[in-house]
Amino acid sequence: MNFDMSPYGAFIWPAYIVSALALGGLTVWTILCWRAVKAKLAALEKK
Amino acid sequence: MTPYFMPFWALLTRDLRLSVREGGGAALALGFFALVATLVPLGVGSDLMLLAKVGGGVLWVAAVLAALLSLDRLFQADYEDGSLDLITLSPLSLEGAAAAKITAHWLSTGLPLTLLSPVLSVLFGLSGPATLALALSLAIGTPAVSAVGAIGASLTLSLRRGGLILPLIVLPLLVPAVIFGAGMVVAVQTGLANGALGLLAAFSLAATLLSPFVAAMAVRLNLAG
Amino acid sequence: MFDWLFRYANPARFMSLSGTLLPWLWGAAVLSLLAGLYMGFSAPPDYQQGRTVLILFIHVPAAIMATNVYACIVVASLFSLVNRHILADVAARTAAPLGAAFTLLALVTGSLWGRPMWGTWWEWDPRLVSTLVMFFLYLGYSALWGAIEDETKAARICAVLALVGAVNIPIIKFSVEWWNSLHQGESIMSGNLAGPFLWPWLVMQLFYMLLFVCLWLMRIRTAILERRVRNLMQASP
Repeated sequence: MNFDMSPYGAFIWPAYIVSALALGGLTVWTILCWRAVKAKLAALEKK
Repeated sequence: MTPYFMPFWALLTRDLRLSVREGGGAALALGFFALVATLVPLGVGSDLMLLAKVGGGVLWVAAVLAALLSLDRLFQADYEDGSLDLITLSPLSLEGAAAAKITAHWLSTGLPLTLLSPVLSVLFGLSGPATLALALSLAIGTPAVSAVGAIGASLTLSLRRGGLILPLIVLPLLVPAVIFGAGMVVAVQTGLANGALGLLAAFSLAATLLSPFVAAMAVRLNLAG
Repeated sequence: MFDWLFRYANPARFMSLSGTLLPWLWGAAVLSLLAGLYMGFSAPPDYQQGRTVLILFIHVPAAIMATNVYACIVVASLFSLVNRHILADVAARTAAPLGAAFTLLALVTGSLWGRPMWGTWWEWDPRLVSTLVMFFLYLGYSALWGAIEDETKAARICAVLALVGAVNIPIIKFSVEWWNSLHQGESIMSGNLAGPFLWPWLVMQLFYMLLFVCLWLMRIRTAILERRVRNLMQASP
């Protein structure tokens, strides 16, 4: 794998970082919401 | 057709009367149109060559925004005081009622804006033919603005703060109207026929024909809840 | 023809099917991501674009997903209006933020690609402009969902909006291309990915699709459970 980006590195890396943050953020948010509702349901069903 | 014409006419004249009153949209739209036409040169500079170049587009955008101002009350006012329920009971179909309202809206905003546009074209130094092209494009295109706007108004009629969402929904849908409308002015200015008139007319025709059906569907969905 | 689809309209069946599928889908997504990144970074620099072609591997899939997700919303909206399908309502609502995110990503990565290619952060290119307009459509759609209190009413009304948008999108795209030819001449942006770049792009595209499906299924499952929570809370005061 070749990581030599010159001279466009300043554009390529931000693009990948932004994408990673956005998609990763979406994934984390989705998983957190899922876990939250599962916990809430479990708590309610226990009552 | 006769049993439908009287209710259609009654609704149309009633809406027109309401729009001319104090809380109505007619005067507001004209004032807004003129104000924007005044503000843009103040922001952009007094170079008449530049203003003439952008004038068609700027005035088209200003006209669309001005027409938008009174749209959120198109169905909402009647929804709130119960008139909308009465309208559904009339022999006129809901589609016919929507068509009457759209026509009234155009007569109270689109048409006056079109008639004022030559005066504002002077502010931008538009040539005679360009002024004519702008007025013609507004005459053809503002019915589409009222029609598409009515769709947005019918979707948001039950929202208290619907007025903020309405432009967000309607403006993207009006992109073709702005492009083709301003394109008509550009055609005259550059001397190259670009087909804008035909495209705008087609868009307007399609919008005005289809919108009453969509608006009626949205009104029914809102009333059913 | 759609019998099999309606069999999974039953939320319980949907939960069990999606529950078994998800781990595999996640696994496939991770694999395709790793493979795509490896292939992309191993590819030689493009003759014209140099290494900026790497951006296309994350820009084009995002842009394609932006329109694909809208298509999914349109289909879900049709089912919502015609069949009054509960799952269709939920599916349409949950897809929207994902589509908006893809659209925004397409715009940002497109801008970062455009700066070294054309010298400007933004170009009034028909493809970028259409994507921008689509972003506003997503915003309006989500805003409308959030503004209407009754969930079923919101579903129907937003379905109408989605369909109106769908009819309008080809017209908007056409008008923007027409506008572009009027003011600038031919479109400069050519996202032509051929040769050694075809496979990295396809694998990344696969990753984006799998990721969307995983996130979408998970969000629908979350929404179904949220319904159950609400019902339980209403039942026991």
